[in-house]
Amino acid sequence: MVKKRVDGREMNELRPIKITPSVVERADGSAYLEWGQNKMIVAVYGPKELLPKHLANSQRGKINFIYRMAPFSVPERKNPKPGRRDIEISKVVGEALSYAVLLEEFPGMVIDVYVQILDSNAGTRVAALTAASVALADAGIPMKDLVTAVAVGKANGNIIADLNKNEEDADDAVDMAFAMLPGSEEIVLLQADGILSEDEFDKAIKIAKEKCQEVRKLQIEALKSKFKALKG
Amino acid sequence: MIDYSYDIEMVKGRIEKGIRTNNRKDDEYREIKIETGILKNAAGSAKVTLGKTMIYAGTKLEIGTPYPDTPEEGGITVGVELSPIGAPEFYAGPPSETSIELSRVVDRGIREAKTIDFKKLLLVPKEKAWFVYVDIYVMNHDGNLFDACQMAAMAALKTTKIPKIDKEFNQIKGEYSGNLKLEKLPVLNTYSKISNKIILDPDLNEDYATEARLSIAIDDNLNICALQKGEKGFFTQDELKEMIKTSKKKYKEMRKIFEKL
Repeated sequence: MVKKRVDGREMNELRPIKITPSVVERADGSAYLEWGQNKMIVAVYGPKELLPKHLANSQRGKINFIYRMAPFSVPERKNPKPGRRDIEISKVVGEALSYAVLLEEFPGMVIDVYVQILDSNAGTRVAALTAASVALADAGIPMKDLVTAVAVGKANGNIIADLNKNEEDADDAVDMAFAMLPGSEEIVLLQADGILSEDEFDKAIKIAKEKCQEVRKLQIEALKSKFKALKG
Repeated sequence: MIDYSYDIEMVKGRIEKGIRTNNRKDDEYREIKIETGILKNAAGSAKVTLGKTMIYAGTKLEIGTPYPDTPEEGGITVGVELSPIGAPEFYAGPPSETSIELSRVVDRGIREAKTIDFKKLLLVPKEKAWFVYVDIYVMNHDGNLFDACQMAAMAALKTTKIPKIDKEFNQIKGEYSGNLKLEKLPVLNTYSKISNKIILDPDLNEDYATEARLSIAIDDNLNICALQKGEKGFFTQDELKEMIKTSKKKYKEMRKIFEKL
């Protein structure tokens, strides 16, 4: 009999993912994303002039990525003020997006990307990155490719995809956030905490790459459905 | 993105002729849609859309120490976050004047109507009581945030579950002992005065053209439980009377929306 996970999933099975672009009318681009219990809204504003001017780069534009969790989005109420975790995630996810966006086309400009986490159960940063890249495409921002992200790792002796909170709390848990440009397989986000052998790492990366291709299909479907809706 | 030109003169001209978008009457709300119980980590949650204004609200309950002047009562805290997601004019950062006024007006309407009996939140006199946190996120601003935020707060509160606790007063994760009881269902109505006309539920363009604004909270007995005047214009006593009459007339149909939740 095939061993299954606590929530009945196969080892490399993702939780259900739902992506809806263009949900925030005032924004230039936006997306709503559900990934298992994770729920979030992403909005893109820009490109617009970066002020004050001395912060602007005359050669390239800049991505300003802000990730925030609502106080009610976690089991214990979170202070609404951003913490160190919010700020670190904002930095590395923003950097991952910056590689994909053709920033040389926007000298002196900034593109604001805001993510609000409304509900969470592990894997919000990869979900946020996946959603942000859909919102950027929705805003018509030119990119080399979409950025697609998944979490992989280890729990209870198994290498698995898309850990839930329960699995993240396992004694041997390793959580690895991974993102790449699915066309070129260029890796733009990698964060892990926990013990992995080299073999386990290789296996995890292999699963991550496969799963990114799966998520990419959902991103593209979501964007296509929007343009179909526009055509009527 | 929609191009909001904020052409105040144009909005004024239309209001003078009695024209509102979608042929809305002066005392008519835009379409109200409410979904509840949508966020698992929240004790209560709601998504409210009022026309294109979109709000999410979530509640959390925590055990705290009662204030010395009310040793047998818990409490409530309401916060509105004007998330930069919701409009290009919103910025990430500490709460603005606008968001503080919004939070306080929503809080006052709910508090003064005695929506929650704070005595029922008591666990141990002087030592332990439930404190209810209502956090409200504006995810798309298309006008009249006051009423939309109040509706989201009420919908989230109405569907709030009280966490189960053990003998040491620790919350048991994901388990609930019952529902938060609402004693009253107050309704908040916000009016705009534009070119000497008064309209209910201003949309974004009407918000920008507003000379004076009034929010009225009405309770179950059709009494006024909170008022807030805003913006730089004025109201006459007759105008105030007219708005209060309209709100009393509207209360029943508004209440029905929340009774069902």
